[in-house]
Amino acid sequence: MYKHYWLVLLVLVILSPLGLLADGTAWGEWDADGLKETLGYVPQGMEQLGDFWQSLFPDYSMNFLGQSTISQYAGYILSAIIGSAIIYAAMILITRLLVRQKNKLVCQNK
Amino acid sequence: MHIPDGYLSPSTCATLGVVMVPIWYRASAKLKKTLDVSRIPLLAMGAVFSFLIMMFNVPIPDGTTAHAIGATLIAIVLGPWAAAISMSVALIIQALIFGDGGILAIGANTFNMAFIAPFTGYYIYQLICRNTSPGSKRQIIAGAVAGYIAINLAALAASIEFGIQPLFFTTADGTPLYCPYGLNVAIPAMMITHLTIAGIVEGIVTAAALKFIAHHSSDMMLTQTKIGEEA
Repeated sequence: MYKHYWLVLLVLVILSPLGLLADGTAWGEWDADGLKETLGYVPQGMEQLGDFWQSLFPDYSMNFLGQSTISQYAGYILSAIIGSAIIYAAMILITRLLVRQKNKLVCQNK
Repeated sequence: MHIPDGYLSPSTCATLGVVMVPIWYRASAKLKKTLDVSRIPLLAMGAVFSFLIMMFNVPIPDGTTAHAIGATLIAIVLGPWAAAISMSVALIIQALIFGDGGILAIGANTFNMAFIAPFTGYYIYQLICRNTSPGSKRQIIAGAVAGYIAINLAALAASIEFGIQPLFFTTADGTPLYCPYGLNVAIPAMMITHLTIAGIVEGIVTAAALKFIAHHSSDMMLTQTKIGEEA
């Protein structure tokens, strides 16, 4: 079931490094260093909150793979796979829980 | 459009987080009522699609980048409430694992991309599409236009959230505490990016996917309006 759609997702994973070709950062997503360069200072609140969370794979990069272009691409693809797997699993979990609650309700009403 | 931590004041983040709670609650209630077990994989695939499509950064001539988000497509195919859940899960995992978008800013980012985008996209699509059959020219165009407008409305919401920061949150001497750019900078910057490039990409992605879905299994289009309204 849904074979065609799985295929599309797979193609997206494989092609994902195309997203690395675009140089630069999205507007409003600069890190403290980038902002300091254009602004001359880092806003105080931003300095306090900017590092609130240390993510596992910042910017979809796998630093342990090295810094070469090839390893960047590999890291991006690996991020695509890991992210997809976690999101898929989380969605299945959430929706299953919802459906189970619904079934429980139906049973109680009987 | 993924606002990082530090760009919005804690109070802005908290406000939008509080706004999202009833939306998530309502979305869960809707899904609980209408979700069919056989559709569960489809919902999960929708979330994965959105996650992957957001990895395709597109260069913008001003030196920044942007990307499609897929929210309108998911809302059309799975209904706006299901899209709200799918988009939220994708955004939360992006923030947690990949640092794309802040943790404190999850309320803001989900408000823009998991609420504004899918709901406006869904209703604009319904308005244009009426009940034309899947794969028809009108349906595809409706998807493209809805995708274009919806991502722009989400970007507008984000730019307002950015832009009000220096109005309300500064140090005693007037230096901005968070996002340093006001509405006069944030709105044009975000809107030019999305009106010219990201919106068009979102429109093309939405249209192409609708065409693909119509070609491969039109029955999957949740019998159009009916299930869309329910879920």
